[in-house]
Amino acid sequence: MTEEKTHHPEPSYLEDTGKYKGLMAWLTSTDHKRIGLMYMYAMMVFFGVGVLLGIIMRLELFFPGQQFYGPQMYNGIFTIHGIIMIFTVVIPGLAAVFGNFSMPIMIGAKDVAFPRLNLFSFYLYVLGAAIALASQFMGNGPPDTGWTFYAPYSIQTHTNVVAAVFGAFVLGFSSILTGLNFIVTMHRMRAPGMTFFKMPLFPWSLYATAWIQVLATPIVGITLLMIIAERWLRIGFFDPSLGGDPVLYQHLFWIYSHPAVYIMILPAMGVITEIVPTFAQKKVFGYKAIAISSLAIALVGYFVWAHHMYTSGMSSTARWVFSLLTFLVAVPSAIKVFNWVATMYKGSISVKPPFLFALGFIFLFMIGGMTGLSLGALATNIHVHDTAYVVAHFHYIVFGGVGFAFFAAVYYWYPKMYGRMYNFKMANWSCVFLFAGFNLLYFPQFIIGIMGMPRRYFDYLPQFAFGHQLSFFGGLLLSIGFIIMLITLFSKKGAKAPDNPWGGSTFEWRVPSPPPLENFDVMPEMGVNEEPYDYK
Amino acid sequence: MEHRDDIGAKLGMWVFIFTEILLFGGLFLVYAIMRSSYSVEFHQAAHHLNAFIGSINTVVLLLSSATVAMSITAVQKGNNKLAVILLFITLLCAAVFMVNKYFEWGHKIHIGLYPGSDLMLTLSHGQVMFFSLYYFMTGLHMFHLVVGGIILTIVMVKVHRGTINPGRYVLLENGGLYWHLVDLIWIFLFPLLYLIT
Repeated sequence: MTEEKTHHPEPSYLEDTGKYKGLMAWLTSTDHKRIGLMYMYAMMVFFGVGVLLGIIMRLELFFPGQQFYGPQMYNGIFTIHGIIMIFTVVIPGLAAVFGNFSMPIMIGAKDVAFPRLNLFSFYLYVLGAAIALASQFMGNGPPDTGWTFYAPYSIQTHTNVVAAVFGAFVLGFSSILTGLNFIVTMHRMRAPGMTFFKMPLFPWSLYATAWIQVLATPIVGITLLMIIAERWLRIGFFDPSLGGDPVLYQHLFWIYSHPAVYIMILPAMGVITEIVPTFAQKKVFGYKAIAISSLAIALVGYFVWAHHMYTSGMSSTARWVFSLLTFLVAVPSAIKVFNWVATMYKGSISVKPPFLFALGFIFLFMIGGMTGLSLGALATNIHVHDTAYVVAHFHYIVFGGVGFAFFAAVYYWYPKMYGRMYNFKMANWSCVFLFAGFNLLYFPQFIIGIMGMPRRYFDYLPQFAFGHQLSFFGGLLLSIGFIIMLITLFSKKGAKAPDNPWGGSTFEWRVPSPPPLENFDVMPEMGVNEEPYDYK
Repeated sequence: MEHRDDIGAKLGMWVFIFTEILLFGGLFLVYAIMRSSYSVEFHQAAHHLNAFIGSINTVVLLLSSATVAMSITAVQKGNNKLAVILLFITLLCAAVFMVNKYFEWGHKIHIGLYPGSDLMLTLSHGQVMFFSLYYFMTGLHMFHLVVGGIILTIVMVKVHRGTINPGRYVLLENGGLYWHLVDLIWIFLFPLLYLIT
């Protein structure tokens, strides 16, 4: 583009400046902001598909017995729902979208350390997601193992497990490379004067996340390869008839998949840590405690995996050790909640949509976290293991937590992304619908779970019907909220956004909205006395 | 504008190596558990491996690591010609390793000793686990060796063309780091599989 924009000398990243135009300019762009947006669009599509599958599942569960389709299809649907939501939405989630879009600007960098590798990660993500989706339609029908692919069933079933597992493997590889990129970026590209302890807290949470991505994901990578080798070559590591051990699979799987929960939730916490001080116009309370608690969660989070396996056959010593560690990992999480609330205390709070979502996050995350403790305790776990209680708990974390933080982040950085504002009233309504729908959907699951409703069951006793019906209507409300949100954000162009609509203090609010291609006209520096959250 | 950061590039490679080590770490974990469950059978099964060929491959890989390291010094001193020769020796070592592995695997497969074979099903559980691990671990290692070989071939061409030179050789260093990783993993595989008789 040769024509100069009147307000900014540099063209924004949304305008095509390279050799390609239109869609190709996006697909070949190594710009971190464009890659972040591409992740976001992809994820919104996958999220929509996942929600739709969830509704179809809820529809079948509306009454006991068979309504619309049979148990085999039901097994396939909850498996696909899990695979899509876990591997293509919440695990890459905030790190891939906002880690890419915001983090380099927040630390004062022009891009990530390896921009081409970043684009490659995106394509691996697309490829992995495509393989995972294709697994539903090829071969002998969609996998019916649940997203956990537990052996020995995943070795014996005739459904299309290999493709789904391979898709998850490729997605894992994408996640590793993103983590690697972020680690190097944060080590090497911070603005002059920005020491690690002057880095904003969203990048801090991404830093902790990146180490989990790099160090935990390969374990599930090799485990998934073993599943493929089991099916193709009968290597027998998890097959008792050949001398293998199925419980070993569970260990290997959860060695990654529990830390994966922290890959999901840590960036979410980071986003909330940005939003709370901005809308309270107050310096964040306990900066170092928040930064270090991110690392602590990452570290302790490695050693809690077997709390998924209390009933799988473990020594009682192992069980109480893992239970103790599970309680320990709750401490740094609680520190963060305490810090958010303390930051709000005596702040001049303006309840704009991002803040409203952040409040929703804190509320839902608290419920998710507390019920996590009752699952981590040995005695109560035996009672509620594999019931709808577990389903409710992890949805409160991965949807009430990660999902709401994701929505909060979208509303928070939207003006920066597109240089446009949105309708606050509509945004608030989307929050109300999402929040009410969410609770109506999942809270009944706690109750019927305690009453004894097992998870992943196609049929159930009549006394659970009311809970399932409430959940169905909750799901509808939730979908309406999601649709309102999409309309709010993408239906029409809003008013022009100022550079700093919220009065934020981090670097991204000092550059134009939308930012120029290389983020900064003048590379920023951080003064000796400057801190990341300087409010009056 | 070009952004260049050699330290960052090397940091990235190190982080990637951590990832690779943990990838194999999962396998070593399975090995440790299986060996503690079936220690006697592992000893018996290891007799079927040829420690002599294994030793040759170990020496060959150690030599290749040395030549890769020397090629970096050669480039630093501006002697690209020598560096190309050293890298070529490295690739030659990789080829020797692969040929040895071909004969090793080929022989076993010929006598019917491979995962899922009829002969395998007549063996004890511990021996089945040993040979499964043998194939899986050395197979994955070979895959890494091939990838490393491809990387070093590209590097060698670049050294030959002079795009890798005394002022700019981080790609060679990273290729070398990766090659050392391939070597290092073998150093652990060799005793765990061949020398436990």
